[in-house]
Amino acid sequence: MSIARQNRLNTYAAHGVLILYTLIALFPVFVIIINSFKTRRAIFREPLAMPNSETFSLIGYETVLNQGDFFLYFQNSMIVTVASLFFILLFGAMAAFALAEYRFKGNLMMGLYLALGIMIPIRIGTVAILELMVQTGLVNTLWALILVYTAQGLPLAVFILSEFMRQVSDDLKNAGRIDGLSEYRIFFRLVLPLVRPAMATVAVFNMIPIWNDLWFPLILAPAEEVKTLTLGSQVFIGQFVTDWNAVLSALSLAILPVMALYVIFSRQLIRGITSGAVK
Amino acid sequence: MANLALRSLTKSYGSTEVLHGISLDVSDGEFVVFVGPSGCGKSTTLRLIAGLEETTSGIIEIGDREVNNLEPKERDIAMVFQNYAIYPHMSVKKNIAFGLRSSKMPKADKEKRIQEVAGILDMTELLDRKPSQLSGGQRQRVAIGRAMVRDPAVFLFDEPLSNLDAQLRTQMRLEIKRLHQRVGSTIIFVTHDQVEAMTMADRIVIMKDGHIQQVGTPSEVYHKPANTFVARFIGAPSMNLLPASMSGEMICLTGGRQVEVTLKELPSGKDVLVGVRPDDLLPDDVNPVISGKVTVLEPLGPETLIYVETASGEIIAEADGRSPPRVGDTVNLGAGPEHLHVFDAKTGEALT
Repeated sequence: MSIARQNRLNTYAAHGVLILYTLIALFPVFVIIINSFKTRRAIFREPLAMPNSETFSLIGYETVLNQGDFFLYFQNSMIVTVASLFFILLFGAMAAFALAEYRFKGNLMMGLYLALGIMIPIRIGTVAILELMVQTGLVNTLWALILVYTAQGLPLAVFILSEFMRQVSDDLKNAGRIDGLSEYRIFFRLVLPLVRPAMATVAVFNMIPIWNDLWFPLILAPAEEVKTLTLGSQVFIGQFVTDWNAVLSALSLAILPVMALYVIFSRQLIRGITSGAVK
Repeated sequence: MANLALRSLTKSYGSTEVLHGISLDVSDGEFVVFVGPSGCGKSTTLRLIAGLEETTSGIIEIGDREVNNLEPKERDIAMVFQNYAIYPHMSVKKNIAFGLRSSKMPKADKEKRIQEVAGILDMTELLDRKPSQLSGGQRQRVAIGRAMVRDPAVFLFDEPLSNLDAQLRTQMRLEIKRLHQRVGSTIIFVTHDQVEAMTMADRIVIMKDGHIQQVGTPSEVYHKPANTFVARFIGAPSMNLLPASMSGEMICLTGGRQVEVTLKELPSGKDVLVGVRPDDLLPDDVNPVISGKVTVLEPLGPETLIYVETASGEIIAEADGRSPPRVGDTVNLGAGPEHLHVFDAKTGEALT
């Protein structure tokens, strides 16, 4: 058997495994989407069948879109996710830069302290957080969610970004200093563009859990005008009767913005812009 | 353009002192090369001049102005780094223009200046490229361009040629030397390669362990090394050092032969080292200094290096490339008394 042939077999095997995994991973999404286009009866009779002329129905989407608040939920989720990501990336990168760039007493301890949050789930502190939010009057505002998600995302962001920032060449930063850049400009104009792939990674890691979270919206911001999409979809799930058409349609719609954000970030992920900076 | 002065410069990291009082005057337009083995403090000195590190004590003057407490950007210097340190996300043009960012020059003048610099460095066609599309030599030219565009008082080069391959290094060496002749600015150049130092410098500063060993023109440090370290460091292959002892006015080499050299001062003890460069040590049956058995031949074309096992250990000598001795032959080697350097065996200081 020739080596080339063997390699080809290996390639096929690898792709086979990957395709299988993709199918398994995408299957639930697929089921949600096809069923969102079917009548209620068809969903229960043949959950895995494609919608056909008989079973096709947009009733779920109609219910969702006619319920006027849905766009508001959408908007709330979007605001919370984007604002949280913005703050996570901004503060995370700044802290990471300080840890990576400057020698000061307690640098290592500070790094460990900031990384500790990775191991301790923030939900343990829910009661304290709720008390804090009540005292500061932030309950039922989007800010409550943004602050909590920022706190939740920072440890991992600092951890990942500081590792990447250490790899940015010192000479490059010194060249900036000699060219008359302030430390802020060095951070924003030299270092940040170079760690963009790492920033995208952090953004993707944080985006999905924030978008999908049900816990904190339910506890900190359950009011109608600040409900997020995930929480809003729960209105269709009743104790006795669940409007499956509406739930599936709402979930299908909820996938779209996350996908859009993911595409934006993943393009940055792939771009290897640091190549050629230093040999 | 300006002169530069270092006055008893020291630098400590914690309790470790790495520079022990460096003093040096560099006049306007001079090309000074700092050379030494790694860890000798040459790069640290450069970083102190640039203002990237704080001096522990001592004074740095650029153009008769004390700059100790000035930020790097206020010192009117430009630096070229070993790793090029060009901004990878900007085009060549933007990289060069970056040096002018803070200047108050009108836009048209800036543009003219950029074109001028690009012209000098022969990279007008590369201006729109990104650094990743350039070769190593081109990237280093961009870095030099970024430094040049500001017309600084002092240029600092931190081992800029170390990352280039041998051929390119020779070429860039020549380019930097030409550039210096053309622009005429003061240049401080750090390298660990003594060939670079010899070929480019007006004056060479040889450093070791945070001390200056010798400052002088390439010819001075080659022909009149101040101590055994300089004698061994400068010149390739390095100088042979033969143990010897004084008996009255004469110097007795191990193995018995005596040589007569006029000493400027007497050694502290009886023991001395006699230094002779391989290219001064030739086969000589009439008036030999030392003899031994040939162990290895290294033909270089015009001449052949011969490794000779003698009573004083292995030494390197030179023979004619056309009729070299053979391995195993016993050769007598001689050198003119003017080519012998005598060092104090204890202190390593030159006595001739």
